[in-house]
Amino acid sequence: MKDYFAVLFTGGKSLIIGMIITLREFFRPVVTVQYPREKLVVTPNYRGHTYLVRDEEKPEKHRCITCGMCQRECPSGCIALGGEKREGVKGLVLTDYRLDFTKCSLCGTCVEICPTAALDFSQEYRAVGLRREDFHYDLLRMVEEGK
Amino acid sequence: MTESFFLPDLLRILFTFVCAIVIVFGNAVVMGYLERKLAGRFQRRPGPMEIGWQGVLQLAVDGVKLVGKQLVIPAQSDKVLYRIAPIVSFAPAALPLLVIPFSPKLQGRDFDVGLLFILAIVAINVLAILIAGWGSNNKYSLLGAMRSVAQNVAYEIPMLLTLLSVIMVTNTFSLQGIVEAQERIWFVFLMPVAFIVFFIATLAETNRAPFDLPEAESELTAGFMTEYSGMGFSLFFMAEYTYMFIACSLTVILFLGGWHGPPLPYADYTSAIWFFLKVYFLLIVMIWIRWTFPRVRFDQLMNFCWKYLVPFSLVHLLVTAVVVKL
Repeated sequence: MKDYFAVLFTGGKSLIIGMIITLREFFRPVVTVQYPREKLVVTPNYRGHTYLVRDEEKPEKHRCITCGMCQRECPSGCIALGGEKREGVKGLVLTDYRLDFTKCSLCGTCVEICPTAALDFSQEYRAVGLRREDFHYDLLRMVEEGK
Repeated sequence: MTESFFLPDLLRILFTFVCAIVIVFGNAVVMGYLERKLAGRFQRRPGPMEIGWQGVLQLAVDGVKLVGKQLVIPAQSDKVLYRIAPIVSFAPAALPLLVIPFSPKLQGRDFDVGLLFILAIVAINVLAILIAGWGSNNKYSLLGAMRSVAQNVAYEIPMLLTLLSVIMVTNTFSLQGIVEAQERIWFVFLMPVAFIVFFIATLAETNRAPFDLPEAESELTAGFMTEYSGMGFSLFFMAEYTYMFIACSLTVILFLGGWHGPPLPYADYTSAIWFFLKVYFLLIVMIWIRWTFPRVRFDQLMNFCWKYLVPFSLVHLLVTAVVVKL
């Protein structure tokens, strides 16, 4: 008989506690982000595909000296560089920088090894494509087109 | 029967029926939206947001979708029973609204046995669920229907016993009379235990969570509604919301003083506002309960009814009888 009322009492108490918890959640702010209209701030640590950093003084220029260190160090072999010698310019001029993002493991070796800090991770998280070739990025063209 | 008597009465019948249908559909739309919106808020989601301001037109779009759906009749089903089940569920849903007193003057008909009338009509829904479960010829449907019948029969007993306590005090089955008896004090303050027992029993009667075993999604897919699509499904859905509205109206009439509230101008008609406010408060509490508690197991459901609700309502009936006699 004692148990009979004890169960009723503890049960009723836990029901009321449950109701209070949901009521409290009801008045707390909504946590959903309405994605296409609202966006979260991407953390600076995020690793998107690499891109060529633009020069701070001359925004249309990149800092790459075509040394080829990134190409050599890349464990996945997804970087292909091309450079040529031009009249009146010291060193090689970058003519082509291709990143095969399908192979990239985002290890960051290329970013670390770059002597002129010309490479960095982008904040791009919306990579989408219908073909494999859509992820073969031409980083040099991205700089020239100002993307 | 003279013509001057006949015409206003006919108009009254027409008007009441139109109002009842409007309430049935209006309530289904409001509740459908409220349920989803509140469910979202309880889980810290915004709920429907895409169609209209804050998603208010979501139900209209859903309605169009449901009307456009094909009515699939399973080959193995009992075709006649399968087809009439949603109609049997939905058609009587509007009838109890004819006797519910929304305000002193806004009432279709004040029967002397209005309360019994409502209880008799509401009981038809169990039959509809059983027909749907049997006619679908599907194990989930049948299990859901069987559970529903067992649950409804069990919970009708404490419900009727608590009603009897109220009737002992008011001495009338007329809903108008019951509300008028609460002019000075609402019955919820006189008999809080009866109110709690009655409210729990109505939750079980309307198959609401945590007593939603007949349509337990995780075990029975959708219970007796499993095989229904399109309008067949939405008729069940609207009937369910209407029965919820009726159950809450009954609770308001019996325990929360019906239309009584702070005085308003033209109180004979406008006090319906208090009635609706109370009803929707109870409906929101029902939604709140649904999104708080997990579903009970079947043995727990039966234990709770037979071991707690029935003895409590019996003792309550006895105490009420003694107090009334003194």
